[in-house]
Amino acid sequence: MSMVIGEPVSRVDGPAKVTGAAKYAAEFDLGGVTHAALVLSTIPKGRIASIRIAEAERAPGVSAVITHRNAPRLPYNKMEQPPPVDPKSGDQLRVFQDATVHFSGQPIAVVVAETREQAEAAAALVKVRYTADHGDTNFDAARGRPPSEATAKGGRPGETRRGDADRALAAAAVKVDATYVQAREHHNAMEPHATIAVWSGDHLTLYDKTQWVDNDRDEIAHVFGIPATNIRVISPYVGGAFGSALRTWPHVTIAALAARQVRRPVRIELTRRELYSSIGFRPHTEQRVALGADRDGKLTAIIDEAAAQTSSYEEYAERTLDPARMAYSCANVRTRYRLVEMTTNSPCPMRAPGMVTGVLALEMAMDELAAALRMDPVELRLRNYSDRDEHKNLPWSSKELRACYETAAARFGWQAGARQPRSRRDGRLLVGHGMATALYPGERSPATASATLYANGTAVVRSAASDMGPGTYTSMTQVAAETLGLPLAQVQFELGDTSLPKAPVHGGSITMASVGCAVQAACQAVKDKVRQLGGGAEDGLDYAALLRRTNLDHIDATAEAKPGDEEEKLSTYAFGAVFADVRVDPDLGRVEVRRLVGAYDVGRVVNPKIARSQCIGGMVGGIGMALLEQAEWDERFGRVMNGNLAEYLVPVAADVGELDVTFVPSDDRQFNPLGVKGVAELGLCGVAPAIVNAIYDATGVRLRQVPVTTDRMLEALVAAG
Amino acid sequence: MVPFAYTAAPAAEAAIARAAGSGAEYIAGGTDMLQLLQEGVRSPRELIDIGALPWKSIDVSPDALRIGALVNMADLADDPRVKERCPVVSEALLASASPQVRNMATIGGNLLQRTRCLYFRDTATPCNKRAPGSGCPARDGQNRMNAILGGSAHCIAAYPGDLAVALVALEAEVEILGPRGQRTVPVEQLHRLPGESPDVETVLVRGELISAVVLPERPFARQSHYLKVRDRASFEFALASAAVALETENGIIKAARVAVGGVATKPWRLAEVEQALAGERLDAPTIHAAAERAGAGADPRPGNAFKLELMRRTVERALLAVGGVA
Repeated sequence: MSMVIGEPVSRVDGPAKVTGAAKYAAEFDLGGVTHAALVLSTIPKGRIASIRIAEAERAPGVSAVITHRNAPRLPYNKMEQPPPVDPKSGDQLRVFQDATVHFSGQPIAVVVAETREQAEAAAALVKVRYTADHGDTNFDAARGRPPSEATAKGGRPGETRRGDADRALAAAAVKVDATYVQAREHHNAMEPHATIAVWSGDHLTLYDKTQWVDNDRDEIAHVFGIPATNIRVISPYVGGAFGSALRTWPHVTIAALAARQVRRPVRIELTRRELYSSIGFRPHTEQRVALGADRDGKLTAIIDEAAAQTSSYEEYAERTLDPARMAYSCANVRTRYRLVEMTTNSPCPMRAPGMVTGVLALEMAMDELAAALRMDPVELRLRNYSDRDEHKNLPWSSKELRACYETAAARFGWQAGARQPRSRRDGRLLVGHGMATALYPGERSPATASATLYANGTAVVRSAASDMGPGTYTSMTQVAAETLGLPLAQVQFELGDTSLPKAPVHGGSITMASVGCAVQAACQAVKDKVRQLGGGAEDGLDYAALLRRTNLDHIDATAEAKPGDEEEKLSTYAFGAVFADVRVDPDLGRVEVRRLVGAYDVGRVVNPKIARSQCIGGMVGGIGMALLEQAEWDERFGRVMNGNLAEYLVPVAADVGELDVTFVPSDDRQFNPLGVKGVAELGLCGVAPAIVNAIYDATGVRLRQVPVTTDRMLEALVAAG
Repeated sequence: MVPFAYTAAPAAEAAIARAAGSGAEYIAGGTDMLQLLQEGVRSPRELIDIGALPWKSIDVSPDALRIGALVNMADLADDPRVKERCPVVSEALLASASPQVRNMATIGGNLLQRTRCLYFRDTATPCNKRAPGSGCPARDGQNRMNAILGGSAHCIAAYPGDLAVALVALEAEVEILGPRGQRTVPVEQLHRLPGESPDVETVLVRGELISAVVLPERPFARQSHYLKVRDRASFEFALASAAVALETENGIIKAARVAVGGVATKPWRLAEVEQALAGERLDAPTIHAAAERAGAGADPRPGNAFKLELMRRTVERALLAVGGVA
């Protein structure tokens, strides 16, 4: 009898990853592979007036130069049901189909050659002339427009109201009203996006970096107008993605198109700089948040008005305003969402899309309200604790947020009471403590898995899921081992291949609630078969002996798990509380994060070691969001200028202090049979506002724009005297 | 990256003759060159690898420390003689790059590291340094990391290195080998102001190589310190940095040397601060008043105006630290 759910099992794929045996998309050695290099537009908007490729075609090793002039017209058939990872309205970028330039950094040609260097050298020989148009390269919230009907229906409405927030705000005894700015951020996963495309007749195999092989296949099938059954996508390992590999990006089409033309496998691997325009990013977002409360700290009004950037060709929208609508109990809530079209590539989901942005502004505003009330920030949150989801008007399926506040505050050593800004010193440095609430919705999608028992006593469980880093291989192996009653070492989990049972997107922290339940169901189904074969109903039975007795080399079963009508009856969120301890150098403006303490209600924890990894990864990402990460955009060129890892700063080990993670007891069987709610996205939420609130406690200065870089901090300190 | 020819030089004379003739570029540790090649900022037809030349020793004599140009940054930073005789050099090196880069990068190459100006590094935009005459978008663009001192209408790219700043403070020299033989140049005169030709960054002429760095024995070198201020705690270029050195006697400053990095188009010595310190009592008010004088002639842009104040505060903090003033 093996009880492995809840055990801190080390990653089953760890040895393959550290020895280099794990193959990432660009690493498949298929023989005869040719290499692609892109030519990108260098103007923000306009048309290609001429494109000269003769020199590039004559360059050594070149087998093809493909532009809009010579590329075949691709059908780009509309998908009947656009996948949830694509924007609800607008059209995806079509590669090499016309002369239009939608943004700077758009692929406008591809060169295929024997080596990567030859392809790059030839790409530099392609000469492009443009007819430039005026582009909207600046972010101007006044240009914002309401989301389209499709976007609104998809859960991102332009307006929501409950009660009368404006009247309540006007009448409030205490109020705060300010604008908060979240910078455009880029995912910067360690592994760059890469695809190898191989045609065999009219069948296509794609080795791709993707968080969703099934959708990758479907999208490419529609682009090329071929049956999805003709395509296989293989993606066993993903070197981080944070949402950047949810969609099927243009370079995947380019690889397939080029491979068809040169009749050889084509490998394309985006450079770090190309990643700043060839995939998506977290959109720059500005939010006005106004809060009103009575003297006891009870919220009487919440207003959140957000404006976020999107591209001119697609309408990307986020759930930025959900936190304002449901995080706290309040009778009067009004939200407004506006989208600002810019000449840029389209934004896309990035870890906790929208939620982290909404939580940032709301939690910074709550800290300001606590200061205005001279109240303990934790006490303010407790006084507005919501016992049900007041936006959906549904009870929670589970909520252990109170335990999160208590646990994290105790572990942190939080001193109760109103903050006394700039009251503590550590030598020259100012000491600050801050906190914030974290929340992220728990969601679930239909998923299918198969389980096979072999005569040698091992089991293989399969689903077309993905593991971009959160430990899917390991946690699914644990669920399967426990359900089958087998030792962990006798169970293997396979993922990342369209030939496996259908799985939903590996995003939104839904994988364990979705695929995990399918794995559990498939394992139960195969046990049912064993039972029918007379194997008895006890766990720990000897499958190998049964197979021998019945002369079978294997027994298998496939099962689908899907949500019922829980969503209509209950609201599911994962919750957390994050506390930050910072030091600010009052002379030089440098901020250090000494300690972060988080307590989380994520439902049942399948693997505390891996779940902790997710949370400390989120904390590090939150340090980046609070202090370092921002795209430096040049409006004249419509370009991100710091498109590399030397100038776009992500935290290094020296930026990270002590990280403390606790999971409070929680088990949400109302949400799904495994009782899990999801971890990854939650881990990023709340970190940045806790840090910025701690900076206020340290300095008495409010910074409402992240990242709080040294120059911003210094200028604010100088201005405050 | 555009394909190029690669030659490993067996001897300095052969390398110099070849480079002087063909215009080939040198490569040593390659930590900066490779980035430039990968991004297409440079596309030399030929690279001459000087990594095998015998310039890898640190020699000590009573009046100087002579460092071969091919000594790597890590080895120089860790050398106990360097730590004792001129701590500012070791500290500047340890504040540079990452351990991996310091293990590869050479002292000579580090001094010649190219700017991190965002426009220099992105070939889709104009840049007078990369493509002379194309313009300087940094002046009115993203210039948070750019220079407030030493710029011109044609270029405000900051010199990115740390070591050179420390060397300027200690009045070090570089030995240069070239087609016309050997010459010696103070590090302070190695880099040129951008003026009207920002593409010409140093006084080195075609074929010339740095073969060694010479640190003369100076009384202030032993009481020296490097302070680097940056957003990220490691592996980042300076927003502002200060190399400071003091010679003191009975609480009086006999001589002071102050140079700053991250704020100027070349390693920048602050003579005005040094003069304000010389002969004065070593205390906080003296240091504060002297640091306030830093930045004469500064021409900040909106995106980097904070650097004037940050530089002064960095200089002040560094002087307080090196002087042991609380």
